[in-house]
Amino acid sequence: MPLVVENLNHIYMKGGPYETQALHDVSFTIRDGEFVGLIGHTGSGKSTLVQHLNGLLQPDSGRVLVDGTDLADKTADRKQIRCKVGLVFQYAENQLFEETVEKDIAFGPKNLGLDAAEVDRRVREAMRQVALDYETISQKSVFELSGGQMRRAAIAGVLAMKPSVLVLDEPCAGLDPHGREEILGLIKRLHTESGATIVMVSHSMDDVAQLAERVLVMEKGRLVMDGTPEEVFTRGEELRSMGLDVPQVVQLCEQLRARGYEIPERIYRMEDIREILLKILKKGEHHAQ
Amino acid sequence: MLNDITLGQYFPGTSPIHRMDPRMKLILTIIYIVGVFLVKSFAGYAVAFLFLYLIVRIAEIPFKYLIKGVKPLRFIIIFTFLLNLFFLTGETPLLDIGPVHLTREALFNAVYFSLRLVFLVMGTSVLTLTTSPVQLTDALERLLHPLQRFHFPAHELAMMMTIALRFIPTLLDETDKIQKAQMARGADFESGNLIQRAKAMIPLLVPLFVSSFRRANDLAMAMEARCYRGGDHRTRLRELRYTRLDAVAAVVMCGFIVVIILEGRIFG
Repeated sequence: MPLVVENLNHIYMKGGPYETQALHDVSFTIRDGEFVGLIGHTGSGKSTLVQHLNGLLQPDSGRVLVDGTDLADKTADRKQIRCKVGLVFQYAENQLFEETVEKDIAFGPKNLGLDAAEVDRRVREAMRQVALDYETISQKSVFELSGGQMRRAAIAGVLAMKPSVLVLDEPCAGLDPHGREEILGLIKRLHTESGATIVMVSHSMDDVAQLAERVLVMEKGRLVMDGTPEEVFTRGEELRSMGLDVPQVVQLCEQLRARGYEIPERIYRMEDIREILLKILKKGEHHAQ
Repeated sequence: MLNDITLGQYFPGTSPIHRMDPRMKLILTIIYIVGVFLVKSFAGYAVAFLFLYLIVRIAEIPFKYLIKGVKPLRFIIIFTFLLNLFFLTGETPLLDIGPVHLTREALFNAVYFSLRLVFLVMGTSVLTLTTSPVQLTDALERLLHPLQRFHFPAHELAMMMTIALRFIPTLLDETDKIQKAQMARGADFESGNLIQRAKAMIPLLVPLFVSSFRRANDLAMAMEARCYRGGDHRTRLRELRYTRLDAVAAVVMCGFIVVIILEGRIFG
């Protein structure tokens, strides 16, 4: 089920004194099963863009097609679309409202009009997917959970709708390193296990480098880069001029190269650099002996 | 969808009206309102309109912003109009069909009182369009300051207003975000009967309250951490000063009031 964005423009406060164009002619296609990282500086239009992906915002011009359905089409079934494209907002835990975790996760499936047995099945499934224990946690109040658990419960609330595309807006924002690892781990599992299409917005280059198969870079409302992580992260100078940075692994490679070490090009993942560093260190030992 | 609410409808600019002392603007707005109440005839309204139009031109605000300000009150205005039209009695009948009796006097009063409402709203809109909320509360605090002698909490009141105004955009933003997040989970805020709609608000209101309390707590903590102890002995960043501009404005407003009083004598 491809997600097609064509010449999308969005203008906030049109005609007022504070009019700003948040998106300029953005076009791209996301294919089934892709893991796309969307990066950009604050105010680059990332969040506006993701809200277009399930029809929460309407384009001023251009089109967004989900599975061939134009989201601007008045006759299109909005619930159906929102069920296909699940959107996890930034600080998603702020949307929790029910008395118990179970009820909160059930909110989405219930809105879809599913019967109680199916809702229950989906709640259990979603909790398993985000590694929240059903037995101990489902009857707790959402406000008793830790920050990371709340975030995961909120993600489960979207997963319970069984979206075929999952869009996450800064899923790790404001979490401690441990919570971050948990969230990234579960996103990775979702992608590898169930083959879900994932769009992850982030301004952490490292998170994107670890997970994404394709990287989109936004600047001032325009899509300025679109390619594999290798392609994007070799353009370090351009990224820096946009106020973005390259992943720490790429920085490490650059600095090692500057000191005369032989480091192959296009290394951006932790696993890859580890091999190389181990080789270098072993060589160093040999020299020392 | 929440962009339609123009509560802090400040229209930034550098016109003479924008540069006036907010205290003077506040006082003159009140005087203008009194002036509108003194109007006795449509000729008077014409003068009031001309005066307002002139100010809006000087302030360089598109006139449609004033009309936009009246829009939320259209039902009250229409209600006033209809009430006066059908329930006032007069001597010269215009229309007499069955139970409906329309008279000239009733029609006059209906138009007259509705116009008064329109002018009240437009007059105050000029104030809020050209004065930022912060300036406005500043002005209010200074104007209420003398009442502190009678233990009137002028500073606290102004502080509360400032905080409230400061958080309106934040809360609107938050509401918008939570609403969208729940819509992404299939929530429906737009259809159903009254009870269903009220129920649909729960997923919106609970998170909003939770975050409001958290924000209030954080803000109180931050104020205390910076030794906030109320208004005594505080100096301010922006001192308010009356200038020649304010004197000119006051004289012009006096002229307007004189014209309106004369109009009352001639036509009233």
